[in-house]
Amino acid sequence: MAAIEILGLEKTYSVGFWRKKPKCALKPLHLSVEEGEIFGFLGPNGAGKTTTLKLLMGLVFPTSGSARILGMEVDDPRMKAQIGFLPEQPYFYDYLTARELLNYYGQLSGVAAKERARKIDEVLQRVGLPDVGGVQLRKFSKGMLQRVGIAQAILHDPKLVFFDEPMSGLDPMGRREVRDLMEQLKQEGKTVFFSTHILSDAEALCDRVAIIHQGELRGVGAVADLTSSVHGKVEIVWQGTTVPSSLRALGAECHVTGDTVRAVLSEANQDSAIEALRRERLRLISVIPVRTSLEDYFVQKLQPAEAVAGVRS
Amino acid sequence: MSGRIVHIASNTFREAVRDRVLYNLIAFALLMSGAAILVGQISIEIERLVVVNLGLTAVSLFGMVIAIFIGIGLVSKEIERRTLYTVLSRPVRRWEFIVGKFFGLAGTLVVNAFFMAIGVFGALLYVSRHFQKADGWVLVALYFIILQFLIITALALLFSSFSSPLLSAVFAFGLFVIGSFAEDLRGFAALTHGVMRSLATGAAYLVPNFSALNVISSVAHQQPVSGQLILYNTIYALIYATMALSGAVLIFEHRNLK
Repeated sequence: MAAIEILGLEKTYSVGFWRKKPKCALKPLHLSVEEGEIFGFLGPNGAGKTTTLKLLMGLVFPTSGSARILGMEVDDPRMKAQIGFLPEQPYFYDYLTARELLNYYGQLSGVAAKERARKIDEVLQRVGLPDVGGVQLRKFSKGMLQRVGIAQAILHDPKLVFFDEPMSGLDPMGRREVRDLMEQLKQEGKTVFFSTHILSDAEALCDRVAIIHQGELRGVGAVADLTSSVHGKVEIVWQGTTVPSSLRALGAECHVTGDTVRAVLSEANQDSAIEALRRERLRLISVIPVRTSLEDYFVQKLQPAEAVAGVRS
Repeated sequence: MSGRIVHIASNTFREAVRDRVLYNLIAFALLMSGAAILVGQISIEIERLVVVNLGLTAVSLFGMVIAIFIGIGLVSKEIERRTLYTVLSRPVRRWEFIVGKFFGLAGTLVVNAFFMAIGVFGALLYVSRHFQKADGWVLVALYFIILQFLIITALALLFSSFSSPLLSAVFAFGLFVIGSFAEDLRGFAALTHGVMRSLATGAAYLVPNFSALNVISSVAHQQPVSGQLILYNTIYALIYATMALSGAVLIFEHRNLK
């Protein structure tokens, strides 16, 4: 059974003073996410990622189409007891302490009173906030609030977790910890659906990704498949700062960085290039085929100008 | 009542209690009671009348201000700050959220009125040196004030479910003022003719009849309140509040939380 099944979900808002002007936030979307996978929902800012998540959470109503989560309708409370959701740039009741907030959410999610305290301790530990449970949230930094947001999403041990821009506001260490956490969730058999415009996170984490732009699905597939196609080129790296002239004659594009040189050239010239390096007694470090990166795929699916403006990798 | 409604109500109560504005208003109400004592001391033979009038009016006005001030933000603030997202993505129905918010604020107002009432009775004891049998009617007046709180809270929630806090405040205050003169509006309707009569009668019965729920003056004059009025007012307030709350639920059930 698919964890998420989206069938032609569409959202058009009425805008303008008289609300007569339609604005399409999401064109009919068909998408399926399997159980146990980490699924990345990629797109530049304003692409329709958050609208899709709000539709799945029942926060906004679709103009047409439908979705099923864990085999149930999106407004089914039984389904909602089995999912967790981290909104984009979350804001919580700042008059509560982190522990009080998690206790409240635990109550709403139906976590038994006798288990709640233990689960709160566990989850605070897991997101790296074991010592600030008694601190009011108004004293938390943006990164700490993001961690509390992740904590509330996984507190009740959901089968499926939705994260909207989970790395937002986190420092490099925090981002790494969240990536580790998402991998742990996958190992526990949970499904993770997360939206991001940071492609390196998606490439490092996701089993499959979908790319959305201007409310339209532009591509979907396994990360391994999307990045497996080769250009017929190889990248050769060696130690040193010199580039043999014979390599330049083979049409290699060379870049010197510190005490290493990176050359990209045609696969057909690979053996000749390696022979030239041996003759010059240069120490070979690696020879790897050049593959399509997720960023290449992403850019390919978007107009180049928009991709440059909207993507941070 | 479902457990989720109780949890939402408790959290709403906690938010109000931790709100410094609420504490200020309670302190101010106690100050008013103190002023009542002062006025009572300089008024010959009418100390009790002044204390009951001023004290109960303060309970009513400050309660109304709290009900409107907090009530108008109950839903809109949660949408604006997006705190609602993490609530409604849990097994919480939208109507449970609205009803929980209503009971949370209503509970806050009842507790608030309870402490204010202690202040009023303390002031009464201070000026009269002992309680009289007629002082029991002050409790009925307080009960009617609480019924008014239920209506205005439900109305504030209704407005909060579809408009901005500023507009909600204008609507709620407007209805409070008009509702306080509901009997006069009905009297005016009886004097008009034709379409004007229909319009005025419709408006008079549409606005909450706060004047029928105001017995402060009569209990200050030690006049009893009939059991029939208590029953009618109770039924009226419950029906009115339920209708306003149902309207809020109906609107909120179909609202896109952009």
